[in-house]
Amino acid sequence: MNIYVIMKRTFDTEEKIQIDSGEIVEDGAEFIINPYDEYAIEEAIQLRDEHGGEVTLVSVGDEEAEKQIRTGLAMGADKAVLIEDEDVENGDQFSTEAILAAYFKDQEADIILGGNIAVDGGSGQVGPRLAENLGINHVTSIVNIEIEDGKAKIERDVEGDQEFIEISLPLLVTAQQGLNEPRYPSLPGIMKAKKKPLETLDLDDLDLDEDEVEGKTNTVERYLPPEKEAGKILEGEIDDQVNELVSLLKNEAKVI
Amino acid sequence: MSKKLLVIAEIRDGEFRNVSFEAVAAAKEIDSDGEIVGVVCGDSVADKANELFKYGADRVIAVEHANLSQYTPEGYAQALQAVIEKEDPDAILAGHTSIGRDITPKLASRLKSGLVSDATAIENAGSEVIFTRPIYSGKAFEKVVVKDGLIFATIRPNNIPALEKDDSRSGDAESLEVEIKDLQTIITDVVKNTTSGVDLSEASVIVAGGRGMKGKENFSILDELAEVLGAAVGASRGACDAEYCDYAMQIGQTGKVVTPDLYIAVGLSGAIQHVAGMSNSKVIVAINKDPEAEIFQIADYGIVGDLFDVVPKLTEEFKKVLV
Repeated sequence: MNIYVIMKRTFDTEEKIQIDSGEIVEDGAEFIINPYDEYAIEEAIQLRDEHGGEVTLVSVGDEEAEKQIRTGLAMGADKAVLIEDEDVENGDQFSTEAILAAYFKDQEADIILGGNIAVDGGSGQVGPRLAENLGINHVTSIVNIEIEDGKAKIERDVEGDQEFIEISLPLLVTAQQGLNEPRYPSLPGIMKAKKKPLETLDLDDLDLDEDEVEGKTNTVERYLPPEKEAGKILEGEIDDQVNELVSLLKNEAKVI
Repeated sequence: MSKKLLVIAEIRDGEFRNVSFEAVAAAKEIDSDGEIVGVVCGDSVADKANELFKYGADRVIAVEHANLSQYTPEGYAQALQAVIEKEDPDAILAGHTSIGRDITPKLASRLKSGLVSDATAIENAGSEVIFTRPIYSGKAFEKVVVKDGLIFATIRPNNIPALEKDDSRSGDAESLEVEIKDLQTIITDVVKNTTSGVDLSEASVIVAGGRGMKGKENFSILDELAEVLGAAVGASRGACDAEYCDYAMQIGQTGKVVTPDLYIAVGLSGAIQHVAGMSNSKVIVAINKDPEAEIFQIADYGIVGDLFDVVPKLTEEFKKVLV
């Protein structure tokens, strides 16, 4: 099977966010593979080990993403493509869709896996957009997948309910937490990853003009939410505290 | 010139989701003089669809077809594309729900348009419409404008208040016949797990447990508290990793991001991962035996004490006040 994973480099979820002149401060921050994309990579490796074929990682970003791509290769993916998007003005989800679609139209993917959302932008748009652009079906938020005879049996999470689906390949799916337990790269895996092929492409290589991939939306401001001040720690006997709390919620906060 | 605004509304288990009414209110924010057209898809929804008039819709379109009895991306895309082609709206809004998140990027790709996902506020600044949305799971926010063309957005539940129900408003949904065919997504089964029937993302009150719950069986005391409050039950990553509960209940940067009116955090420390997913709740109550727990830094009210003592007492006290 030709298995592809679309992945993204993101801020470590442990990081505090700082903003300077409307931009997120990246200096000194730790970066990771988007956690949902890690589930996608793990699942791709398991599918390959069961059905044969190759796992190719595809990431749109800048050269800094190589570190996270190498981590994905160290987990067990076979090769990778980094599509540099530095020339894209005001890139948004439309831009990423257009870039990925230009790449994928020349590939014969049986299945494309991605994360349900990225923990930075959090829109969850790129997966379904790409599938639509390529004219293939998509299933979002999957927690289990089995493939047999060109068909996928999928369990997806629908706001806590489980939905069971059967659908033919080719297909794009997005991974939800609970799909699997991503492996840590082993030391031999890390050594091997250094030699695995990583192709770098730019817009020219994909016959794309900057205008074609310019974002449709514009971020005009970024800001931090007002810092929440520590509130009132209640005192006295537990019974009294409980009475006071209920009274405060009813009369002061007016939320019950 | 006033705009035409299409609102994709959602009926689940026979009732409109509240976020659909909120999306109507959001459409009003974009253009208070605009024409709001609600659209509802399903196998038999026209009667129910009329309720949308009472919440501010000027027209309602019902697309009814046996193949729309359950949500599939292809089925809904066919139905909604037919509506969009017929109505040619200036703006499209939907709830940021499981269906909204799944269908809107597909439509945006078809329409070659931008899409602002998960908006928490909308402001009409004259020449442009400015959307506010959380990034980094609410650790920060951004303001986004659609450059030109179609304004397309999903609305996060619980943030833009629905208009007050106006029983004097009424109307009849227009029926649009659309052929819904060639569905490739076959839904073989659906298992409902939402025990309380209150969905985390839409709940106005949430009771959440952390590692301090010490075991799966102890979540029953949270269930009892939640029942009295009509609340949904959530959990921290620590509690999910320890297998006290299902990942579907996880709140945090990985997991769900929630903004209820009242969030009661029980036996959870307040790790940055978790706080990202709930810190924008309107009122936060923390119950923890460790007075140094981070969660107290963001709580409006805190009780330092043993949760196994405090929570049952709290349940009893709420019962007295609420019954």
